[in-house]
Amino acid sequence: MYDVIIIGGGVIGLSIARELASKQLKIAVLEKNSDIGEGASKANSGIVHAGFDASFGTLKARLNLRGSTLMPKLAKELDFEYLNNGAMVLCFSENEKPKLEELLARGLKNGVTGLEILSQAEVNKKEPSINENVKYALYAPSGAIVCPFNLAIAMAENARANGVEFFREKKVIIIKKNNTCYFILADDGTSFEAKVIVNCAGIFADEIHRLVSSIPLTLAPRKGEYLLFDKTVGNTVKHTLFQLPTEYGKGVLITPTVHGNLLIGPTALDIEDKAGVDTTGDGLETVLKKAAESIKEIPRREIITSFAGLRANSGQGDFIIAEVSDSPGFIDVAGIDSPGLTSAPAIGEYVKALIADILPALDNPHFVSKREGIKPGNNEVICRCETITKAEILAAIQRTNELFKNPGQISLDSIKRRVRPGMGRCQAGFCTPRVAELIAGELGINETDITKSGRGSEILMGLIS
Amino acid sequence: MKAELAIVGGGPAGMASAVAAYEKGIKNILIIERDKKLGGILNQCIHHGFGLHAFKEELTGPEYALRYIEMITEREIPYLLKAMVLKITPADGKTPHLLEVMTDDQGLFAIEAKAVILAMGCRERPRGALNIPGYRPSGIYPAGMAQYFVNIKGYLPGQKVVILGSGDIGLIMARRMKLQGADVKMVVEILPYSGGLVRNIVQCLDDFEIPLKLSHTIIGIDGINRLKGVTVAQVDENLKPLLKTAEYIPCDTLLLSCGLIPENELSLSAGISIDEKTGGPVVNQRLETAVRGIFACGNVLHVHDLADNVSIEAAAAGEAAADDIITGVISDWGEAKRPKAAPKTRYTPRANLSLANQLVCIGCPASCVVTVEKEKDDSLTITGNACPVGEEYARKEVTAPARNITSLIRVIGGENNVVSVKTTDGIPKDKIFACLSEIGLTAVSAPVKAGDVLIENVAGTEVNIIATANC
Repeated sequence: MYDVIIIGGGVIGLSIARELASKQLKIAVLEKNSDIGEGASKANSGIVHAGFDASFGTLKARLNLRGSTLMPKLAKELDFEYLNNGAMVLCFSENEKPKLEELLARGLKNGVTGLEILSQAEVNKKEPSINENVKYALYAPSGAIVCPFNLAIAMAENARANGVEFFREKKVIIIKKNNTCYFILADDGTSFEAKVIVNCAGIFADEIHRLVSSIPLTLAPRKGEYLLFDKTVGNTVKHTLFQLPTEYGKGVLITPTVHGNLLIGPTALDIEDKAGVDTTGDGLETVLKKAAESIKEIPRREIITSFAGLRANSGQGDFIIAEVSDSPGFIDVAGIDSPGLTSAPAIGEYVKALIADILPALDNPHFVSKREGIKPGNNEVICRCETITKAEILAAIQRTNELFKNPGQISLDSIKRRVRPGMGRCQAGFCTPRVAELIAGELGINETDITKSGRGSEILMGLIS
Repeated sequence: MKAELAIVGGGPAGMASAVAAYEKGIKNILIIERDKKLGGILNQCIHHGFGLHAFKEELTGPEYALRYIEMITEREIPYLLKAMVLKITPADGKTPHLLEVMTDDQGLFAIEAKAVILAMGCRERPRGALNIPGYRPSGIYPAGMAQYFVNIKGYLPGQKVVILGSGDIGLIMARRMKLQGADVKMVVEILPYSGGLVRNIVQCLDDFEIPLKLSHTIIGIDGINRLKGVTVAQVDENLKPLLKTAEYIPCDTLLLSCGLIPENELSLSAGISIDEKTGGPVVNQRLETAVRGIFACGNVLHVHDLADNVSIEAAAAGEAAADDIITGVISDWGEAKRPKAAPKTRYTPRANLSLANQLVCIGCPASCVVTVEKEKDDSLTITGNACPVGEEYARKEVTAPARNITSLIRVIGGENNVVSVKTTDGIPKDKIFACLSEIGLTAVSAPVKAGDVLIENVAGTEVNIIATANC
């Protein structure tokens, strides 16, 4: 019997797990994929939003600001990449200036510090690559960028170190409540019991919700497509450059990444398919076209990959974080669209407080708040584009293995997200066979069993005949 | 560590430049190779087509590599394996060039060198750079990576294959996958002509009736976990897809052969300027980059069609570097000279050959169109060939067509699962698959040496199968 079971090992579930680990609670995280952070956590902008977008008084506004404030300290504590590069919202005409002022006023009301509206000359000075027709910009010095992969992984590893149990490939299909606890059945026939359930199933949180509650909740996927550029053009911009927001979100942004790439996107398209993470010709063209409004030149030749992620849109304009009224002890953390990544640390705190009311617990005296990342190695270079050594890859394999309580495989993508082999300009052209070799060797399995991203994505079809 | 000449890369370019510099009198050379053995990409190019210029005979890639490895070994030229140069700090008049190297056993250290030759080769253009929309399942590989999986590791990456891009690696892999039993659906090329050598289209596609779809491209990728299919469409003269022509092709594997990019990140670290057109360093006629004492050759300088041409160019770079070291004179750099790609014959689709009795000679990259006419007395009149090879090929092709075949044989207890092999002579075309199935049923125990006869009289052809590499 667990005190708390968290359904969904995305950045939100992981943050909650890590926060709860500081209490004397028995906690498990159930993840349906072969690794944590496989949903929206791996396909987003990697931005720490300053907090001027959300309407005043919303949970979003509050948790965004709090998350943004917590992030620098958390990055140090958990050793993931964070860079306070500052953000700007660009405005292209005199007519739009009132909208910029509105953002400024909202930001100030939300408690964001350091905001100011810059003139064209001031913008140019800070960001010389900016397009000539930019008239003004709202400057947010607290805007920052993080590595979304390592943020999630760091929280998971720290939660694990503090006793949280992680289970992979556990898709929850049935939840039953009896007098004392919830009974959870996973698709592989295994079952779990918990006093409290936290539903962090991302885009699927509505489906998990419906397993216990008759209160309506629907999440619609809103697709965002991105393009990633080689590090050779990572310094094209210094700040994260937004355009004025629309009803669909914050529009197409241009940003450096913490690893020195250039990232542009996302689009915002409501779709029906919750597995619809395909990019589209139209989507990618839109991203390129919109981004071209912000800066002088988009270095199209340096594109190394494109990807799409799905935001969970609840249609309610705010995060849904509350105990479900017809299911005591069942907490929804749903509709966490942008700025979900930024808010994650604050959502962890917030849910911890909610659970403290339901299930009071003492502090965990053995809680260790620090986690160390994998350090650069000093032996054979396996990924030449990103200069990733064998030592780093072996460490990543070992850590992934140690994270989960149940046996399972480790995909190439899992290693890629942890230490970056294959993230570079050749996109794993050279290192794939080598990383596959190392995973197979460490796990004692055949190379033909290695997958790109979990079951069904095997990269090879047996020995040649 | 110190060397007079440091050579970055132990592939065809690096090895040929080392040998040439040695012959000029430079003994203190160090080759720095990333892989666990010398040879570079040649080791996975188990097909024929190497050595016609350099050795006046047709060799497979591993055999061509072995010739150079022997030369390196005979001369006792030192080399580091599993070693990667991370950064080059050019000489400044007082200090020599400084190479930061990471190796498997010694970690990070520095190498000082009087002269440096860049011979890092090139990499393949990945899917992302092609901007093909769709899902990101497994089953999409750069052709060279698939080649590594098959030819070095002995694994089949997939069974139903579509190939995008008709570069040479794509064509070679179309044949390889076919020979290994895969169903190769088509090769899709966005341009109205192929970028590959004509002989490769003839012997890799035409021989196996693999369709080449010119002016077509892929506009969609289907499959969430593993590739399920691709959408192929024709393109207009501006290379824009014509959506009405879209056709869904079920497949589990997509190989990309859409161009090679010289790998010059290291060159950039040394402040070497890159020619936008070739993608390689700007060099003078001595193959010296604008950073004095640093030379470049092979595919890092510009992408070559033939390894033989790489060796010739690399030898020139080796000699130039040796001259500098010996004389110690810094002459005027002179003018930039863009290396020229060898002239290339463009493929004429078989249907376009004016007469049924015309054929394309596959004897060498010149790809002569040869006409064969049968005289009244049954003798053959052969015209159009530039050399005797064409005549012999054409005569055989109309009487008893034969092909040299390369493949892989399972090795037990070796460094890898397989060793590359070839037929010692041409075998009748209609015996190719009989020969392959015999190869498929064979397994040998390690060690295997290049040249070892592994199958005698394969499929009753009186031709032997020999190993082309050591394992």
